[in-house]
Amino acid sequence: MKSVKYLAAAIVAAATIGGASISHAATLDDVRAAGALKCGINTGLPGFAYTDDSGNWTGFDAAFCRAVAAAVFGDGNKVQFVNLTGANRFPALASGEIDLLSRNTTWTFSRDVDLAFTFVGVNYYDGQGFIGRKSLGVKSAKELDGASVCIQTGTTTELNLADFFRVNNIKFEPVPIETNEEARVAYLADRCDVYTTDASGLAATKTTFENADAHMVFPEIISKEPLGPLVRQGDDQWADVARWTLNVLINAEEYGVTQANVAEMAKGTNNPEINRMLGSEGSLGEMLGLQKDWAANVIKAVGNYGEIFDRFLGPNTALALDRGQNALYTKGGLLYAPPMR
Amino acid sequence: MANSRQESGFQIRRIWSDERARSALFQILVVLGLALLVAFFVANTMANLQARGMEPGFGFLQDPAFFEINQNLIEYASTSTFGRALVVGLLNTLLVSAAGIISATVIGFLAGVFRLSNNWLVGRLIGVYVEFTRNVPVLLQIIFWWSILTGLPKVADSLSIGNSLFLNNRGVRMPAPILENGFGWVALAFLLGVFASYLVGRWARRRHMATGQPFPMLWVGLGLVVLPPLLLFVALGQPLDWDIPEKTRFNFRGGFNITPELVALWWALTTYTGAFISEIVRAGILSVSKGQSEAAHALGLRPGLTMRKIIIPQAMRVIIPPLTSQYLNLTKNSSLAIAIGYQDLVSIGNTVLNQSGQAIEVVGIWMVVYLSLSLGTSAFMNWYNSHIALVER
Repeated sequence: MKSVKYLAAAIVAAATIGGASISHAATLDDVRAAGALKCGINTGLPGFAYTDDSGNWTGFDAAFCRAVAAAVFGDGNKVQFVNLTGANRFPALASGEIDLLSRNTTWTFSRDVDLAFTFVGVNYYDGQGFIGRKSLGVKSAKELDGASVCIQTGTTTELNLADFFRVNNIKFEPVPIETNEEARVAYLADRCDVYTTDASGLAATKTTFENADAHMVFPEIISKEPLGPLVRQGDDQWADVARWTLNVLINAEEYGVTQANVAEMAKGTNNPEINRMLGSEGSLGEMLGLQKDWAANVIKAVGNYGEIFDRFLGPNTALALDRGQNALYTKGGLLYAPPMR
Repeated sequence: MANSRQESGFQIRRIWSDERARSALFQILVVLGLALLVAFFVANTMANLQARGMEPGFGFLQDPAFFEINQNLIEYASTSTFGRALVVGLLNTLLVSAAGIISATVIGFLAGVFRLSNNWLVGRLIGVYVEFTRNVPVLLQIIFWWSILTGLPKVADSLSIGNSLFLNNRGVRMPAPILENGFGWVALAFLLGVFASYLVGRWARRRHMATGQPFPMLWVGLGLVVLPPLLLFVALGQPLDWDIPEKTRFNFRGGFNITPELVALWWALTTYTGAFISEIVRAGILSVSKGQSEAAHALGLRPGLTMRKIIIPQAMRVIIPPLTSQYLNLTKNSSLAIAIGYQDLVSIGNTVLNQSGQAIEVVGIWMVVYLSLSLGTSAFMNWYNSHIALVER
């Protein structure tokens, strides 16, 4: 029996070492070795993650995946998209099934601290809203006493909703739903009076309604929903790659670097900030463990933040969202990226 | 004995040549290997959790849940704990499983008996039902019934019976009883009636065995169970009121509501499992030798009585064991509830898992609960089986 214990102890020790070494592996090296970035996105949300005419995943969230892939590989197409629901996104990231989660996910204390993830920034300032039929005649969410509300399970909106109704001392019947598509079906079948999620998601969903004019997104916003990409906690280098890719997108808009002029500007300009970013001066890329022209590759692949926003969410798209809080700080918004120095 | 042991001594080679020693050695090796494998998985999981800074344990069950549940059999508010939310989910699972088992048994027995009917049309219709439901995935059937139910009239055009029971695509809203002072006596009278009819039943059975005299047990029992509570109810001035649903701006308020999710899940599980049960019942009936019914007919028993007294009791011995596994299947299939948003243990556990991040613990709870439910059901069915098994004399 004794020898059994020794053998077990030896195996346990080996497993511990093995397990630890797996979980602390450098994600950047893993991504390079795999030859593609495994990036978690929505199962389908117009504007944010959807398939284009040729069947490729695209959208605001998918573009960020492509941006990080371009930073690592110099090629925005080296992405393996993994479609995740609100409920299975965190286990997928925690278990290493994906390297990066870019799925309209709200940055909260408990997700950052308790679930042990690192949010690399905010790429969309959002808030929770409601969509309902105009025929209901509802002006404010506070009038929803007794209503049935469709809600995605496992989201912050589920918690906000319960808080909102409790604080305002009104009652509702929750109709739990797994994905945005199921919510759309249940809402259109009138299983629920209103559907609640992030206001951007409501605008996106509304574009898919046959008779969109009969529905309205209530002006009221009941929560703060800063959406951003996130990675596993404990690999600071990989978090930096994702964080500074996002900062490059925002800074590029501020400095006027676009998909069209990036090749020209990468040769050198009279703005040292742009030169450091695009690699004609300094060695920011090497510090990050990437190529010298990593940032230029990012902009070449997807454009700057403003271009991405306009392409997928802006006034010329079906969603027709205003920049609002998502404008640069120089234009009255909240987007402000640290300097490239 | 003593001699041979001394002879064999302690030679390693003997282990290979001695069959008993050899088989013992292999068994020890297999157990060792299994234990090591389990130890490896546990240690690896703990190490990975630690590396991620995640705290394993069940302390999170005490934390407030902060989400709402739309069908709670016990008191629940969004400020209740994760643990209570899981209990609410468990009760919802038990509700749909118990209701499903009862109705699937009834439908299964009826379908099984009628499929053997001499009436061509009845037999064929049951055959179509069985072959169709048995061969379509139950998940599709659940979604199918849910779509049918959500296609019912909307709240504003609810169908109503007597302006107190309403049917719409958000469920059936019906009056809820409000118990007033004195109703406890009525309930007590009912329980006493049940007990009394049990005693009378035992006496009647004994007398039947001894003298062959039949006793109208059904009517006497029904009288004992229904009449005294009814008289007491009237005498006490009907201590019961009804909470009638009222139309509000969005929904109905008051009474209680049976959601379309519950009905769709229950009905899909009932028809699906009922089809399997009907085949088991048919097999059971066919397994009783033809001589039994011929002998019964020769004694002058009518066909209905032959079925009830001769065929079914013997068929039950064949029916019970496979029936048990159908009950277990139904309970486990109820976890497909998540597809239509019925908040059972899996659905609520999923939310808890996602809000608390304690994946391994929640999955552990799921497995332990379903395992206990299954083992409990089997234990009961095994007891019932031995109860009705052929007593060999």
